[in-house]
Amino acid sequence: MLIIGELINSSRKAINEAVENSDAEYIKKIALEQVEAGADYLDVNCGTRVFNEVETMEWLVNTIQEVAEVPLCIDSPNPKALEAGLALCKYGQPMINSINDERERFEAVLPLVLKYKAKVVALCMDDTGMPETADDRLRVVKSLYTKLKNNGVPDEDMYFDPLVKPISSVDTAGMEVLETIKAIKAQYPDVHFMCGLSNVSYGLPNRKILNRLFVVQTMTLGMDGYILNPTDKGMMGTIAGSQALLGKDSYCMNYLSAHRKGIYEE
Amino acid sequence: MSDFAKLAEAVFRGNAVSVKDLTQRFVDSGDDPMDIISQGLLAGMDIVSPKFKAGEMFVPEVMMSAKALSEGMKIVKPLITDKDLSVAKTIIIGTVAGDLHDIGKNLVVMILESGGFNVVDLGVDVAPAKFVAAIKEHDAKIVGMSALLTTTMLNMKETIDLINEEGLRDQVKILVGGAPVNKSFADQIGADGYCADAMAAKEMATKLFS
Repeated sequence: MLIIGELINSSRKAINEAVENSDAEYIKKIALEQVEAGADYLDVNCGTRVFNEVETMEWLVNTIQEVAEVPLCIDSPNPKALEAGLALCKYGQPMINSINDERERFEAVLPLVLKYKAKVVALCMDDTGMPETADDRLRVVKSLYTKLKNNGVPDEDMYFDPLVKPISSVDTAGMEVLETIKAIKAQYPDVHFMCGLSNVSYGLPNRKILNRLFVVQTMTLGMDGYILNPTDKGMMGTIAGSQALLGKDSYCMNYLSAHRKGIYEE
Repeated sequence: MSDFAKLAEAVFRGNAVSVKDLTQRFVDSGDDPMDIISQGLLAGMDIVSPKFKAGEMFVPEVMMSAKALSEGMKIVKPLITDKDLSVAKTIIIGTVAGDLHDIGKNLVVMILESGGFNVVDLGVDVAPAKFVAAIKEHDAKIVGMSALLTTTMLNMKETIDLINEEGLRDQVKILVGGAPVNKSFADQIGADGYCADAMAAKEMATKLFS
């Protein structure tokens, strides 16, 4: 299981303000909170700073690394911002968020994956647009997998994101994702997954409940990476419990340490 | 309950079958199509909108109501002249070039239609030139643009720049929305307004047309 903390994202108001005011202390605080809550990686996204994304990325990466010695997930559709962030990463194997099968994007991001020997989140979309069905997604997975593999990216560095859509708009959105996970797992057993799943509950009440249920459902089929808010105890507790129930937590040690950390006291 | 109220209720409940049936009956008995629309169909959406805003109704329910509404509209719309339909209240809307997200945009379309606006939906991945052509063709007073990606946000600016170049800027008000967009970005690129959600879009459009 790989948890990426999603909170350092300039589309969030508090982060945007911290960036505008060069408030390094706030960024450091959020970075530390996420690491303490159990994040394995920290996502860094300043894509909304369209006019100075590169400088902002550099500042964020440096600021975070002053307090948190964890690998970072450099998150941008802009290859220049990706490179700026990657070049500064000091701890562990960096991750790129993301590549997809749009020709231009693929060609721009692939060299960075190779140069920085990075893990890479691969979105199941291509020039034909957003996928509807599991079959659409698998077609893209096959194409991406083949190209990444042929360029020397190891299976275990690939993190496929099935693209989660809201069930409030498409009844079968959840099911399509579950079928995609199952099929990827069968065909490419060594690759990993990554997804931001809160989209699934958009437009509905009790989103936290739906999100937690969807974590359990996707984990059961093999999903092993999430980008989320690690300070959400309910969610982290659900993941720890689900891991133990799926037999992926030797002697239930992680579940018990989650318990002792007080995660289940809500 | 008056008969029109029954139709409104059916729209509110999202009961497309009943909406079709009732609308057809009103048409057959000679009711004014404009009354059927305003007192029946749109009156139903007027129940939905505030409930949606207040968090009492949710996206799937709004979509059901909108679907029911459109079934009724299909029956009455051919019966009315352009003059009756508020042509002046035309809004062009689309997701900007390079961006394929349509869920939020479609929701805005539904809510605007429910507000009695004539919405011309250009779909997704709409090039600036296509927005411009549509403004000219429909003589629109409002243009709504959606972007869900930080990479495509700037295509809103491109579109506004082209509208400027074409000399159409004084004719239209430009509203923008979408997850990465905010008020200060809207100001920066020279839009007239930022809409945080579908209801905000409807309120702003209503204000601009009043």
